[in-house]
Amino acid sequence: MRDALPLIWRKIPERYTLLGSHCNNCKTDYFPQRTICPHCRSKGKLVDKQMPREGKVYSFTEVHSGPAGFQHETPYFLAIIELPNKVKVLSQLVDSSKDKVKVGAPVKMVFRRIFADGAEGVIAYGFKFKVVN
Amino acid sequence: MRKVSIIGGGLTHFGEHWEISFREMVAEAGAKALHDSKIEGKDIQAIYGGCMASGRLLGQEHVGALIADQLGLNPLPSTRCEAACASGGVALRQGIQAIASGMYDVVAVGGVEKMTEVSVEEASLALGGAGDQEWELFNGATFPALYALMAKRHMLEYGTTEEQLALCAVKNHANAVHNEYAQFRSPITLEQAMNASVIASPLKLFDCSPISDGAAVVILAASDVAKKFVDEPVEVIASAQASDSLALTGRETLTSLKATQIAAKDAFKQAKITPKDVDLAEVHDCFTIAEILAIEDLGFFPKGKGGKATEDGETALNSTVSVNTSGGLKACGHPVGATGVKQAVECLWQLQGKAGQRQVKDAEYALSHNVGGSGATAVVHIYKKL
Repeated sequence: MRDALPLIWRKIPERYTLLGSHCNNCKTDYFPQRTICPHCRSKGKLVDKQMPREGKVYSFTEVHSGPAGFQHETPYFLAIIELPNKVKVLSQLVDSSKDKVKVGAPVKMVFRRIFADGAEGVIAYGFKFKVVN
Repeated sequence: MRKVSIIGGGLTHFGEHWEISFREMVAEAGAKALHDSKIEGKDIQAIYGGCMASGRLLGQEHVGALIADQLGLNPLPSTRCEAACASGGVALRQGIQAIASGMYDVVAVGGVEKMTEVSVEEASLALGGAGDQEWELFNGATFPALYALMAKRHMLEYGTTEEQLALCAVKNHANAVHNEYAQFRSPITLEQAMNASVIASPLKLFDCSPISDGAAVVILAASDVAKKFVDEPVEVIASAQASDSLALTGRETLTSLKATQIAAKDAFKQAKITPKDVDLAEVHDCFTIAEILAIEDLGFFPKGKGGKATEDGETALNSTVSVNTSGGLKACGHPVGATGVKQAVECLWQLQGKAGQRQVKDAEYALSHNVGGSGATAVVHIYKKL
C-alpha cells in the first residue's frame, strides 16, 4: 500500500503544504481535507484553507519497532500536534533533541522525505514537525 | 423483538499454529460449538463470520462461503463481517439481530484469524489497516504507537503510571494460567513487564497483545426455543455498537474511547442494570492502556481511576469486577477476527459455571467489550443466565 503512486500524487497539496478545509457555515477547520462537513453535512460549505504551520506537541511516543519503510530511522518520535485552530495532525517529530521533546513543546512544520519504497521505488514526501528552540 | 440466547460455544487453542490451516480452525471450533449446543447442522439457519484481514494475510477472501463449506453447511446463507479487531463482536451482533428480527430461530456466529502465515512485519502492516492508512500509517504510525499516544495523555492528565499499565498484563497472565485455550499460560512478574524492551514508549513488550491464530464459534437461538436444546442457555440482554473517527486526530479526547462510552450507555439501558451489577467483563485489552480506558469508559471505575483500581486489585479474579478472566487479548491471544466471539464464549462458560479454576463465584451478569482499531468501532454485549 505504501508505494501506491496515485495515493501519493493526489495528496500532494495536503502533504506538501498542509492544505486543509474550512467550513464557511460552522467556521470549523479540518485537516486532512474533507468532502462533507461532519457537523453541517448537506448545509456545509467547504473551501480550501491553509493550516497554520506552527503548533504544540499534544502527545508523543518514541517508536522502537518501526514499520517497513521506516526501519532505517528507528527509533523515531511520532507525535500528535495541536495547531492554534484546534486541528490535530499526526506526524513524525524530527531534528529535535530528546530532552526537548515534551508535551506542550512548540513545533513548526518542515518538509521532508517520508519514506522510500526500496532503491527503485516511489519516494513519498510530506510534512514532519520539529521542536522550535 | 425476540429475545436471543447463546446455547453453546467452541474454541480452538489460541497461539502460533503452523500445523493447522485457516479452514481447519473454522471446522474445529464449529464442530465443538455444535457439540456444546447439542444441536445438529440441520438446525442452523444462517451463519455470520468475523474476520479482519484474510485477504492480506492469506490471499483468501470470500470467508462467508468458506465457513459454510468447511462446516458442511452449504447452502445456508453465510456472511462475513469486517470491523478490524471488532469483526467478531460485529458478527455476533448481526447474528443476534437476525434472530431478534424474527427471521431465524438458530444461527451460528464464528470468528477466525490466521496471522502467523506471514512475517511479523507483514502481519503488522495488515493490522495497520485498522487505523487510517492515508494519514496514520503513511506517516510512520504503528498500532502500538497509536495506543502509546493515548497512554501518554492518560498518564499526563490522570497520573497513571507505567507500573499500573504493566499490572494489567500481570493480572491477565495470572488468569490465563487457568485457561487451556490461552496462548500464554505462564505467569509474569511486574519486574519482567517493566524491564521488557520498549515497543513505543511508554508501551513495552508485555503491554502489547500477541499475534495469534485461532477461531471461536457460538450458537445462538431464540430464547423461547433455547431450552429445547440445552438446560443452561445464557441470554444476551444487551447488544450495542458505536463508531468514531478512524484516525486519532479526529477525536475530542485521547483519554476515552467515545464509541465505548456510547455503546456501554446504550447496553446498560437495554439490560436495565448498572456497571455495579456486572460480575465479570471480557474487555478489549489489545494494549494494557486499552484495558485501563475500557474499565473507565464502561463505567466500572471513574475516569482517571482505572490505573489505581488495577493496582488495588479491583479487577482481579473474584474482586470488584473480574476483568479478562480468559487472560484477555494479552495472554489468551488475539487472533483479531476471533476475539469478539471468544469473549462471548468466555462469558457463556462463566455464567454456566464451567470455567474451572478461573470461575467467578456466583456469576450472574457478564459483559463483553470488543474494539476495532484505535476505537473507531466499539461493541458491547451483556449476558445473563436464562
